[in-house]
Amino acid sequence: MASIRLAVPKTAAQGEVIEIKALIQHPMESGFRRGSRGEVIERDIITAFECQFEGETVFSATFHPAIAANPILTFNMLASRSGLLTFTWTDQHGESWSDQSTITVA
Amino acid sequence: MDRRQLISGVGGTVAITVSPLSAIAAQEDVERARQELFGNRPVQEGRVNVKLPPIAENGFSVALDVSVDSPMTEDDYVKQIVILSPRNPLPVIGQFYFTPQSGRAAVSTRIRMSGTQAIQAVAEMSDGSLWTGSRETVVTLAACVVL
Repeated sequence: MASIRLAVPKTAAQGEVIEIKALIQHPMESGFRRGSRGEVIERDIITAFECQFEGETVFSATFHPAIAANPILTFNMLASRSGLLTFTWTDQHGESWSDQSTITVA
Repeated sequence: MDRRQLISGVGGTVAITVSPLSAIAAQEDVERARQELFGNRPVQEGRVNVKLPPIAENGFSVALDVSVDSPMTEDDYVKQIVILSPRNPLPVIGQFYFTPQSGRAAVSTRIRMSGTQAIQAVAEMSDGSLWTGSRETVVTLAACVVL
């Protein structure tokens, strides 16, 4: 259901600080909105994000209802060696989505 | 009878006029949220740079950029940045955790804002010290009713 978009450089120089963008499609329903009949629309949000490099956490985040729909994150990573990056989002019900990207460090 | 039943029972108009007021976090809620997260540790002004547009036309989605002045080495790095709002229904907007491998203590995302307010960011360093910075944004169309 959720579509993920990643922007990770394919290659980097050793010691370079690279910029990563990660977006997931999600309504991030805050639980404060009301429907046409005045009923509260149930909260439905992604609560956790994690970016791992070869199994080690580089950056993570906790989302609250004030994070806008289709949450996008821009953050950095120190490129030390080539390897696999794993991005995981988990929603409040424990359902999770993930995607991967490889980076070659010259 | 839980809160939701109570609100639906009382009727739409009353619920709509009462709940947004009581749901808005004030400065004291921000202080409380900060205490829950970090206890009574002293917070110093500086090192934290919050970037927001001066005027946001739409409170649904406002570009936020926070960076902290830190060398990001094994012995001296930023552990966490917490974004706090004095006017949203909930004081905590988001929490971002860094490691020395992050390279730079900076994050950008998009947030919801229910009205004109000064967004605050608190950074926790690896030595335990706390730093803060804030930025005010005028919100033309508040996400107040729509958040």
